Amino acid sequence: MNSQWEAVIGLEIHTQLSTKSKIFSGASTAYGAEPNTQACAVDLGLPGVLPVLNQDAVRKAVTFGLAIDAEIAPHSVFARKNYFYPDLPKGYQISQFELPIVGNGHLDIEVDGVEKRIGITRAHLEEDAGKSLHEDFHGLTGIDLNRAGTPLLEIVSEPDMRSAKEAVAYMRKLHELVRYLEICDGNMQEGSFRCDANVSVRPKGQKEFGTRAEIKNINSFRFVEKAINYEIERQIDLIEGGGKVVQETRLYDANKDETRSMRSKEEANDYRYFPDPDLLPVLIEESLKAEIRATLPELPVAKKQRFLDQYGLDDESASTLTSSRELADFYEAVVKASGGEAKLAGNWMTGDVLGALNKASLEIAACPVSAERLAGLLKRIADNTISGKIAKQVFDKLWNGTATADEIIAQEGLKQITDTGAIEAIVDKVIAANPVPVEQYLSGKDKALMALVGQIMKETQGKANPGEVNKMLMEKLRKP
Amino acid sequence: MSLTANDVTKIAHLARLGIAEQDIDNYAKDLSGILDLMTQMGQLDTSGVTPMAHPLDQMQRLREDIVTETDQREHFQAIAPQTEAGLYLVPKVID
Repeated sequence: MNSQWEAVIGLEIHTQLSTKSKIFSGASTAYGAEPNTQACAVDLGLPGVLPVLNQDAVRKAVTFGLAIDAEIAPHSVFARKNYFYPDLPKGYQISQFELPIVGNGHLDIEVDGVEKRIGITRAHLEEDAGKSLHEDFHGLTGIDLNRAGTPLLEIVSEPDMRSAKEAVAYMRKLHELVRYLEICDGNMQEGSFRCDANVSVRPKGQKEFGTRAEIKNINSFRFVEKAINYEIERQIDLIEGGGKVVQETRLYDANKDETRSMRSKEEANDYRYFPDPDLLPVLIEESLKAEIRATLPELPVAKKQRFLDQYGLDDESASTLTSSRELADFYEAVVKASGGEAKLAGNWMTGDVLGALNKASLEIAACPVSAERLAGLLKRIADNTISGKIAKQVFDKLWNGTATADEIIAQEGLKQITDTGAIEAIVDKVIAANPVPVEQYLSGKDKALMALVGQIMKETQGKANPGEVNKMLMEKLRKP
Repeated sequence: MSLTANDVTKIAHLARLGIAEQDIDNYAKDLSGILDLMTQMGQLDTSGVTPMAHPLDQMQRLREDIVTETDQREHFQAIAPQTEAGLYLVPKVID
């Protein structure tokens, strides 16, 4: 970015709360059902129905509020946000306006090693709309109302971010947090976690904000970064060319990597909010807050610190292993089952295990190697039964089968050779058979030793301890 | 506070109300009269009064998070003007 300019970014993130039933009705929220089979009379907005608030949606909102150190409104009120669109059958969305359930809070992010606190203005409960399908209906639009009434928590940040990178870091932190709290499944493909970005630019040093554009529905971390960067450049070019940014909603087109105007908000913004007479104010008692506070899980920041202190992991490994609750739990199960091999477990988890999972596009929950089986392998590395190199072979077999590490080691005869006499014989044999590298080594070319170690490891099928072999070889060659 | 004919047209459009051209001035006058009353109420000192969100002095009852509704799509779609493949069909709308 041109250094005379500064970007100002705020995000509005819609998280679908993972309740079983809808926010105001007893219809199921399960994803992927046949169209309109989970849209009941309340969701359809038929005459005479009354919304009744789902207590679990309220609890999840409070859980989030407590986790970001926010004020929880003792009284909160639902309002109608009025607009006409066919996937919104009532002609209004039940949302919150003046008295949202979650007030001021914050979330800390880290970009390039620098910590920064991002303010969260508010988070409010609302109902999701249905889906419009514009294709294949001979000029008509198809409406599926299964999603209508799914509980959303809309989380609105302060305009505290100054780059696309910061915005993505915030979004990732938030994503991690809602999954830790188990209030949202975080599935972005299914639309459980959706992001709108408000972007403006201003000359560096200026206090007032520039006119902002809102970019709608950017549904991956990568696209958020690209869309914001595109929009920042567009606004700077516009202003430097003598133009003016207009307040509008823009849509990000991932194929073209650009944002384009969706509609000017001259009338769309006139939502005419008013308190919904169908719903009474929601009272959050201190006792409910205390109860929820007592059940809050260990949060990512605290868990990472504990992993650093308790397991002696490096910063990067601790961050990786605490990036989801499932991964952290798996790691701790491995450490426990391996009898405390914390560092070894950390290396294997961040290396081979995550590598294999990535390659197979699997989440840790679907890892074919259980924590116990992985621990079984680590124990054999730790007690020198097998070398690190052999361990990788065993891991492949653990991944592709059901045997334990001990069974694999026994079946395949992979046990490290501990009989020094046997190793010595092989070392002697290799020295005798390779006069050239021996000569090179003796004349000062240290690298030649590696060739000999390689030969010996080959002869032993990797079952000798490379450290031992190295030592033995050097001793032998010192006294020819 | 005085509403213009333009304001009335815009409000009618937002609420999707069809109003006759010759009635617009009357609506503007009537609505302005209502807003004037609001302005008058606005002059009262309400600094010690909690804003009322609902006329009933009660709190919202909550329901348990249980799925209680079964699929009644056929029943509901019997009164829909047009459906196909389980979807309600409406005139084309594109943002």
